Amino acid sequence: MNDHSILRVVSKIMIPFILLFALYVQFHGEFGPGGGFQAGVIFASAFILYGLIFGIENARKVLPANATRILLALGVILYAGVGVAGIFLGGNYLDYNVLAATATGGQHLGIFLVEFGVGTTVATTMVTIFFVFAGQDF
Amino acid sequence: MELPIEIPMEIPGLLNYWIVIVLMMAGFYVVISHGNLVKKMVGLSVFQVAVFVLYISMSKIDGGSAPILDDAIKQYSNPLPHVLILTAIVVGVATTALGLALIVRVRDAYGTIEEDEILEQERNDT
Amino acid sequence: MAATAFAIIRLRNLFAVVMLSGIFSLLAASLYVLLSAVDVAFTEAAVGAGISTLLMLATLAITSEYEKKSERSNWLPKVIVFVTGGVLIYGTLDMPLYGAADAPANLHLIPRFILESGTEIGIPNIVTSVLASYRGYDTLGETVVIFTAAIGVLVLLGRGHNRWRPGMRKPVVPEDREEEV
Repeated sequence: MNDHSILRVVSKIMIPFILLFALYVQFHGEFGPGGGFQAGVIFASAFILYGLIFGIENARKVLPANATRILLALGVILYAGVGVAGIFLGGNYLDYNVLAATATGGQHLGIFLVEFGVGTTVATTMVTIFFVFAGQDF
Repeated sequence: MELPIEIPMEIPGLLNYWIVIVLMMAGFYVVISHGNLVKKMVGLSVFQVAVFVLYISMSKIDGGSAPILDDAIKQYSNPLPHVLILTAIVVGVATTALGLALIVRVRDAYGTIEEDEILEQERNDT
Repeated sequence: MAATAFAIIRLRNLFAVVMLSGIFSLLAASLYVLLSAVDVAFTEAAVGAGISTLLMLATLAITSEYEKKSERSNWLPKVIVFVTGGVLIYGTLDMPLYGAADAPANLHLIPRFILESGTEIGIPNIVTSVLASYRGYDTLGETVVIFTAAIGVLVLLGRGHNRWRPGMRKPVVPEDREEEV
């Protein structure tokens, strides 16, 4: 799609705002609608838009295949790791109360980390699936 | 005012379930009557959305607002179905992607995504 | 929404079907807003209308765009669908009415979530606190499911997808050239 100059210009302007919006949804999910699942999908859609307009090879330069594979696993590990950290600090698995000095502070921290793990996994999953599908050439 | 025929009270209250059933059966019909695998996936996702609507419509409470705490609001909708469906939507798209990947492989192996032609090839082989 | 669903049944052009399923998702998302499920609407609009339509279009680009007419008889699926629908409608007659605050689903655990999550968890969005804290195991499981689906797609279509796999009818690459792939 290299000859669609309007698409190229508009998407170049839009992509930073999509990423910014995704981060807003990710970190504002405790106060308004949003959270890791939605933020991950929006974050992925920015990369997918880039891949659609500028080609998969260029998008792969921004986000190499190895990086997505590693991040994919890291999200799940972060989530499970928060649970294990709860055990080491004297609580139950996935008990956030013990993560910080106060119970609500611990809950804040736990939910923040868990949502971040979910967001990472969802975003990289969507990016991976799209790139794998689009990378087919028959 | 007297109505000529008596309408049972529960009819408007059950309308949401009936809409869900119509949507669900539309998806079900696509799945069982069409041979094209991509269309089957679309039918499955219609069915899926029908289930989501069922849950969300059950969580709605008259006069209840979105479940985000605020001092001015006294009545909230039920948040639990929202949580379940929120995760189910994302899981649904991930499994749909897996199904589509399987379809691509089926096309690699058989050269078609029509169920009838695949069965025909299988029969010719044995 | 129902009209879109029936159009999906009738149309044979798969491109139109996929676009309609995107519209269907968007309509579902606006319905969720009306039912005051803002988080769910957000997800459905991003996922159902965006990503899943895109993935189906990618599949169509790889496979074919038209559905062939099936020679199979049409009446059996119709009978099954109408009987199942009739049974389900019979089943709804006992269901709690729409919007009833005293429905069984709204009584157990829910008052606790609404009344105490503000002090226990300390964040205003009840959906987030239930999602990440009260039902943390559930969400962990869902994340693992998504992770597994990504791995499955990678296994099916990932790098070196033209190599021979067990169950494949004929090797895409001849056996002697397999080392190069």
